[in-house]
Amino acid sequence: MLKFFRGKSNWQLFGLLSPGALWILLFFNLPILIVLFISFVERGRAGGIKIPPVYTLENYSQLFNACVSEFAGTACDPFLYIGIFGNSVRIGLIVTLWCILLGYPLSYFIAKQKPAWRDALMILVIIPFWTNFLVRTYALKQVLAAEGLLNSFLMGIGIISQPLDLLFNESAVVIGLIYGYLPFAILPMYASIEKFDHTLMEAAADLGAPPRRAFWRVMLPMTMPGVFAALVLVFVPVVGAFITPDIMGGGKVEMIGTLINRQFGVARNWPFGSAMSLILMLLVLIGVIFYFRSSTEETRRAM
Amino acid sequence: MASSEFAVEMQDVVKQFVTPEGGILAAVNHVTMQIKENEFFSLLGPSGCGKTTSLRMIAGFELPTDGKILIHGKEMSQVPAFQRPVNTVFQQYALFPHMTVEQNIGFGLEMKGVSRAERIKRVGEALEMVRLPGMELRRPKQLSGGQQQRIALARALVNKPEVLLLDEPLGALDLKLRKEMQLELKTLQREVGITFIYVTHDQEEALTMSDRIAVMSKGVALQVDIPEAIYERPATKFVADFIGETNFLDGVVKGQNSSTVEIDLVGTGTVYVESSRKFTTGQQVTVAVRPEKLRLNNPDDKDNNLKGHVEEVIYIGTDTHYGVRFAGGHKARIREQNVTLAQKTLAKTGDEVTMSFTHTSPRILTE
Repeated sequence: MLKFFRGKSNWQLFGLLSPGALWILLFFNLPILIVLFISFVERGRAGGIKIPPVYTLENYSQLFNACVSEFAGTACDPFLYIGIFGNSVRIGLIVTLWCILLGYPLSYFIAKQKPAWRDALMILVIIPFWTNFLVRTYALKQVLAAEGLLNSFLMGIGIISQPLDLLFNESAVVIGLIYGYLPFAILPMYASIEKFDHTLMEAAADLGAPPRRAFWRVMLPMTMPGVFAALVLVFVPVVGAFITPDIMGGGKVEMIGTLINRQFGVARNWPFGSAMSLILMLLVLIGVIFYFRSSTEETRRAM
Repeated sequence: MASSEFAVEMQDVVKQFVTPEGGILAAVNHVTMQIKENEFFSLLGPSGCGKTTSLRMIAGFELPTDGKILIHGKEMSQVPAFQRPVNTVFQQYALFPHMTVEQNIGFGLEMKGVSRAERIKRVGEALEMVRLPGMELRRPKQLSGGQQQRIALARALVNKPEVLLLDEPLGALDLKLRKEMQLELKTLQREVGITFIYVTHDQEEALTMSDRIAVMSKGVALQVDIPEAIYERPATKFVADFIGETNFLDGVVKGQNSSTVEIDLVGTGTVYVESSRKFTTGQQVTVAVRPEKLRLNNPDDKDNNLKGHVEEVIYIGTDTHYGVRFAGGHKARIREQNVTLAQKTLAKTGDEVTMSFTHTSPRILTE
C-alpha cells in the first residue's frame, strides 16, 4: 500500500485519495457534524430546531437534571438519565458476557468438526443475517409470549399451569439481545479458535498440565484476540440498542437507545437526542481506546 | 525408579484409525519392542509407517486400540499424557508463542509446583545445557529455527523425564545445522543419561545417532537391531532397500552344503552364498548385496564371478558407479573407490566385464 503511494507527486496523491476522503467526509464526518450542531441549539416547537438557531448548553445540562411534568407541578430527578446510561452499560455487559460464555464453546465445537460439517454449521450461524432483524425480534417475541410457543409447550406437558411472564421485562430484553448478537461473538472467536494450533495443547499436556489448566494457560490466552473482538463487536451495538428493548421490553425497560429514539419521535426533542447520541459515542470511544491501549499488538491485528 | 530393565516396552500394540471413507486402517499393527534404559533408540521408516503413531502412544496423545505400553514396568496404556513420566520434543517445536523462553521452559516445572526461585535457577541451567544462556526474556518468534529447536529440547529436558521422545526434531532445519545438531543431541543424550526415542525418516540420521534402530513399514516393526546389523544383515528386502543401496538378484535355491547355499540366478549364472539358515531346493530367494561389496574386473576363483555388460558409468569424485546388466536380466550397481590419483575408469559403456563378490558378502532374503 505504502509502496504504491511512494514517488507520487502531491497532486497525484490528492487525486488518488480524494474519492475515499470525500466518501468519508460526506457519509461519516458530515452527519456527525450535523448532530454536533443540533446538540448545541434550542429545539423547535414541532420538532427539528428553532430557526434561526439559538445556541445553548441546556441539552447537555438536561442530561443531569430530568424534569417531568406531573399533576402537582414539575418533579425533577437529577439521576434519571444517568441511571438509564448506567442501566444500558450494565445490560450491555451482561449480554456481552453471555454471548462470550455461550459463543466460545460453540465456536470451539464448530472448529473441531470435519471441514464439510464446519462450513455447514457456520452457515447456520450466519443464516439469521439473511432475515430482517426486526422480523426476527418479533418472531422471538411470539416464542416467549403468554400464548406463545414456549408457554404452550410447558403447559402442554404439564410443567406449569399458568403461563410464565417471559416478556416485557429486563430478562426478555437480555434474551433478545443475546439472540441477536450471538453471531457477532461467534464469528471472531471461531476465527481465533480455528487458527489455534492444537499441538500446543498436546505440548501442555506433555509438560504435565491437566486439560483445564492447559485451557487457561495456553488455549484461552492464544484465542484472546477473538474474545476481545467479540467483546467490542457485541458491547458497542448492544449499549446503543433500541429495537430489542422496545419490542421485548414493551416500553418497561429503558435503555439509551430507546431514550434517544424517543427524542426523535414522540418527544420531538432533536437537540437533546443529539446530545445523548454524542455522549454515547464518546463513552463507546473511550471504551474502545481503553481496550486498544490494554490489548496487545496481536489482538489489534485480529480486529 | 527402574522396576524393569526396560525403559519402555510395547507389547503387541495395535492402533487402528477410521479412515474418511469409513474403512479401518491399522497405523500400528501388533508391534512389540523393548527399549533399554539410557538407550538412544530410533524409530525409522517412511511416512505412514506408524513410527509417529507409536511415539504418540508412548507420549499418551493416542491410546492403543489393543496391547500394552509399559514405562519402567508400569502399565501406561490408559494413563493420560499429563501424568506420564515422559516429555516430547515436537516436530514443529510447539513452543508457546505467548510466553517468553523462560515461561516456556519453566512450564513443566510450574505444573509440578516447583517454586518460582527454583524454576528460574533450573531454567537458567537448562539454557546453559543447550548453549543459549541469557535468552530467558525472548519470545519464540524472535528466535531462529535452530534456537527454537534447542529451546524445545530444554523445555523437555528440564523436567528430567524418564524417557525423552523426539518426533523428527531436526526435520525443519537446513542440512548443515541438522548435522551439527545430530552430534550435539548424541552428546547430550550421553551426558544426561536419559533414554531417547527418536522418530526419523532419515536413514543416515538414524545410523549416525542410534544405539539401536527399529525399521518400520506399514505399521509393522520389520527389524530391531544395532545400526551395523541393520545395514549388514537386513532382515527383509524392505530394510535392505530403505537403509542404503542394495542390489537384488532373484534366483532359485539349487542346493545347500552345510552353510553354503547354491543359488541359480536363472540365465545369469550360479552363485554360492554363506548362510546359517536352512533353505529347500527350488525355493525362490533374493540375493541382496551392497554396491560397495562388489568388484569389477578383479575376479578370484574363491569368489562368485558373473559376466555382464556395462550399461552406465557415473563418476562422482570419491567413487565411480557402474551399472551392469546380465544375461538373465539381472542388474547390479557396483561402487568402486577411486583410490589412485586420476584413476582411469575400469570400464566404459558397452564393455563386457566380470563382477565378483565373496560368498560372505550377500544376504539371502525371502521376504
